[in-house]
Amino acid sequence: MSNTRTVEAVPHQRHGLAESLEIASLKVPFRMKVALVWLVIGGLLLVGFLKSGFDIAWMGDHAAAIVKAVWVTIAFSIIAIACAVVLALLGALGRVSRNPIAYGVSGFYTSFFRGTPLIVQLFLWYLALPQLALGLLPEQYATWFIWPAQVAGIVGIAFNYGAYMTEIFRSGIEAVPHGQAEAAAALGMSSSQQMRRIILPQATRIVIPPTGNEFIAMMKDTALIGLLGTTLMWADPFRMAQLSGKADFRNLEALIAAALVYWGLTAIFSFFQRKLEERMSKGYVRQGKGA
Amino acid sequence: MAEPHVRVSNLHKSFGALEVLKGVDIEINAGEVVVVFGRSGSGKSTFLRCINFLEEPTVGTIEVAGISIGAGSPTRHRRKQIQSVRKTCGMVFQQFNLFPHMSVLDNVMEAPRRISSDSATAVKDHAMSLLADVGLADKAAEYPIRLSGGQQQRVAIARALAMKPQVMLFDEPTSALDPELIHEVLSVMRSLANDHSTTMIVVTHEMGFAREVASRMCFFHEGVILEQGTPEQMFDGSRLPETQRFLNAVM
Repeated sequence: MSNTRTVEAVPHQRHGLAESLEIASLKVPFRMKVALVWLVIGGLLLVGFLKSGFDIAWMGDHAAAIVKAVWVTIAFSIIAIACAVVLALLGALGRVSRNPIAYGVSGFYTSFFRGTPLIVQLFLWYLALPQLALGLLPEQYATWFIWPAQVAGIVGIAFNYGAYMTEIFRSGIEAVPHGQAEAAAALGMSSSQQMRRIILPQATRIVIPPTGNEFIAMMKDTALIGLLGTTLMWADPFRMAQLSGKADFRNLEALIAAALVYWGLTAIFSFFQRKLEERMSKGYVRQGKGA
Repeated sequence: MAEPHVRVSNLHKSFGALEVLKGVDIEINAGEVVVVFGRSGSGKSTFLRCINFLEEPTVGTIEVAGISIGAGSPTRHRRKQIQSVRKTCGMVFQQFNLFPHMSVLDNVMEAPRRISSDSATAVKDHAMSLLADVGLADKAAEYPIRLSGGQQQRVAIARALAMKPQVMLFDEPTSALDPELIHEVLSVMRSLANDHSTTMIVVTHEMGFAREVASRMCFFHEGVILEQGTPEQMFDGSRLPETQRFLNAVM
């Protein structure tokens, strides 16, 4: 056992020091040590940035524009999640339906939109759809499908996340015990009444935590919309960072600022999601005042 | 009482290659309390679930309160018929199956609110009186999870009665309950039986209950009704060896 031998080889005094260090370390709370690790990482990064000529003055002048663009991210995310929830609900109803059209359409939808890269889909909506529309429709209608970058981007993200969330919603619906639908059926409720009144309200509770995760992931993916070439008005933090960083050759500063904006946003929403999950569980525990 | 209230003719049910019901025929008159018993796997639960079409019969015809439906494909017309049969049948499940996201009162009011033409106040008054009948009026605002198993099953009975059914189907209503809670559910069922206004079909192993309130007992064995008779005949008469063996085992 080499381990044992090492311990024996250590001189008596040093062994004592190591041990007393270990004891002292045990008195420091684990969280404090973790905080220290974060501080060290932050410090190292800061030193690295400063050594590479990180221009704090430039940050002071330009960061505000990047941070202000956060409202674009928030707007994109909220519109896209609202559309994605509707698509996912329809998709999930299709996936649990016995109707071959509903089942087939939703199956095609999830397969295609989960099976191809999001960035490709965004360009399909932005550049390929107009070509398809012009080929199929008279010109005055075809122009309806020529969208500005931000519209194509939101639609693209909504369809993509809707496809992933379809599977979340489907599994939520299937997680409701079969006896629930049976009890409702035995009372004479129609299938749509069973779904609306009994299954979906219970499934909602199940799907809220994973949907929150999707929302946070979606918020970060809205940065891809900038790659379609949004105008200044619809530029999100990443796009703003690219525009201003490239112009002044201050890419490090600009991109770090953008990254911090997204990081801050996800931290805030993760906090709210945790609170929401705590609240949602209350109606289903036996003790406690809620329910 | 001239016409039978429930008439099951030549009922067969297969799950894949397994034939669970092998030709069940029975006629039940209005107000009768029929206790169905037998070994697990004998087809007694499947028989009950075929009456309101929670299981689709493979072969056969089921007539409930004048509506006759044969085995067949789920066309729109047939689904409507099944729905109207279900409105005349209340069902109580082994696992209660209360709706956990609704209060006790909402559980009871849900179906009549959605389906019946009664006014909102009439529905509520009826629901409250049903809850009072099962001794749970004070729990109306509670959620099911806060109730004991026995209380939940009593709510489930009130919920099944809320549609004013002519037939009540009980699928092992006390099998999931702790022994000390069985009594309160049986006493609710007993008073329902003593009313003689509702036809009851009860799948149960509670032989004391059967002896007391059953007008007829049916012994299910390997997918058929092997033997039936009054409780006196069942408990005291000379029975087929299979029936005798089962009764000896459960009593």
